[in-house]
Amino acid sequence: MDSLHATGSITSTRSHSELTAEVLHELVQHLRQNRTQLREEWARRITEARLLTAMTKEEIFAEATSVYDNYVEALATGTFEALQAYSRNLSERIIPRGVETHEVVGIVLLLRDVLARSLFSKYQADFTKLDRILDAYEPAANRIANTVAVGFVQERERVIRQQQEAIRELSTPVLQVRERLLILPIIGVIDPQRARQLTEQLLRGIRTNRAKVVVIDITGVAAMDASVANHLVQTVEASRLLGATVIVTGLSPEIAQTLVNIGVDLGKMNTVGDLQGGIEQAERLLGYKVMPQTESN
Amino acid sequence: MGNSPVLVENEICVSIATDQDVVVARQRGRAIALELGFSASDSTLLATAISELARNIVSYAGQGQILLRAAQNSGRPCITVVARDDGPGIPSIEQALRDGYSTSGSLGLGLPGVRRLVEEFEIISEVGRGTTVTIRKWKG
Amino acid sequence: MEVPILKQGKILIATVQAALTDSDLLQLRRALVEKVAKARARAIIIDLTAMDVMDSFASRTMREVAHMIRLRGAETVIVGIQPDVAFAMVQIGLSMGGVTTALDLEEGLEYLHRKFRTIL
Repeated sequence: MDSLHATGSITSTRSHSELTAEVLHELVQHLRQNRTQLREEWARRITEARLLTAMTKEEIFAEATSVYDNYVEALATGTFEALQAYSRNLSERIIPRGVETHEVVGIVLLLRDVLARSLFSKYQADFTKLDRILDAYEPAANRIANTVAVGFVQERERVIRQQQEAIRELSTPVLQVRERLLILPIIGVIDPQRARQLTEQLLRGIRTNRAKVVVIDITGVAAMDASVANHLVQTVEASRLLGATVIVTGLSPEIAQTLVNIGVDLGKMNTVGDLQGGIEQAERLLGYKVMPQTESN
Repeated sequence: MGNSPVLVENEICVSIATDQDVVVARQRGRAIALELGFSASDSTLLATAISELARNIVSYAGQGQILLRAAQNSGRPCITVVARDDGPGIPSIEQALRDGYSTSGSLGLGLPGVRRLVEEFEIISEVGRGTTVTIRKWKG
Repeated sequence: MEVPILKQGKILIATVQAALTDSDLLQLRRALVEKVAKARARAIIIDLTAMDVMDSFASRTMREVAHMIRLRGAETVIVGIQPDVAFAMVQIGLSMGGVTTALDLEEGLEYLHRKFRTIL
């Protein structure tokens, strides 16, 4: 086995990656041997930098221990799946505590620095060696920082998506006003995802309530482009497949134009000027007697 | 979640030769989607797409395979379906992708329809060599 | 798998039990056309509650059945399409053409009775 000397170059037929592996092994040993003080140093610097303020000192130390061990493990094995899984796990726990992205990135970078400094002290007498050590350490450390940060961000995004979903569920009511009659008032801005959700809720509602007539009121729709108009048409068609008649109310001239532009035959679509009128027609279709309320109809 | 192991990839291969296989493939696909946490609605979209692709294999190539790949790409479940055969291939992919459905029902491959059901759609086909269609759907 | 077809007065009711293959669909079409003539039925109801998927072939076959049945002077009502299945159909752009659809068997029967009043 070749030994690594400070002077002269090494004549070796071994590959670069073999050397890197050896160097990494040595550095992992160092990190494991000095685990206790390096971990403490790191935890201290975290507190100093005023990161993870949402957590207690004990909690920080406990998490720091796991992160440290996973970090060293990733360096040792060169694989990052376990670290990725750990990172998501960790994020799942700390996100509800209010920990933010810059804190997570911050602490991982601090760990990288603490370990790098420790390597500097150990190998400062041997620049060539230090050079090799850093060659092996830096790319691995950067990859780790990246993995942890990305894991955190993805978990965060997942949580946000979940919350948005919950909000959407709450804000799209399908109302049953009469037996066999459903009203779906659509209000505000509709993106494709919301449009889909509306359709799904309506179809389920038709089935559950055994609705025969559905009034979709689009008076409150902010703007309708071709894609949303398409969704509306699909909703009408899908409702028909479930045996329901659909009445669309609140169609402005602009929206009517958009529908015509995408090729909808408005003659085939059941439309009524306003919601009240739509409900009255629905009741007529269902066989209810409609008492005229106002003159304007 | 939590302490579950990271599921990177899991692949199932369904051989397609009869119209019964078409049903098997789409039911497997639906089951995998539900297992991964896809909504019932999305699982049906996927099953429908698989049904179309598998039928194409039976109708035009006689036999082939449907590969179902489940993955948890960074926490977001994803299903990949690969429909491949060594059949006659498609002479004009452009046309196949253009032909839409009319209510009278065209005899096309139904590819534009399949495309509308999924997030990613890719097709490779060579006359005399075969066809491979790859589709991908993400949860949520 | 053969789809059971029952007779209720002048109405034939075909209830799909599980996912149908293409050949099952064709067999159903054949059987219905044959039975409508034999029973001199005025209408048929096809219950698709158990259909897991309605793809292009299935919806086209249903439309063909309705067309052929109409040529024999009878009406077709398709019932039981599930919400998710209906959603998938409109995403692709499939429709039942002019075929009457109803929520389920009960609604389908009610529709036919209202329409034909007496003879059923």
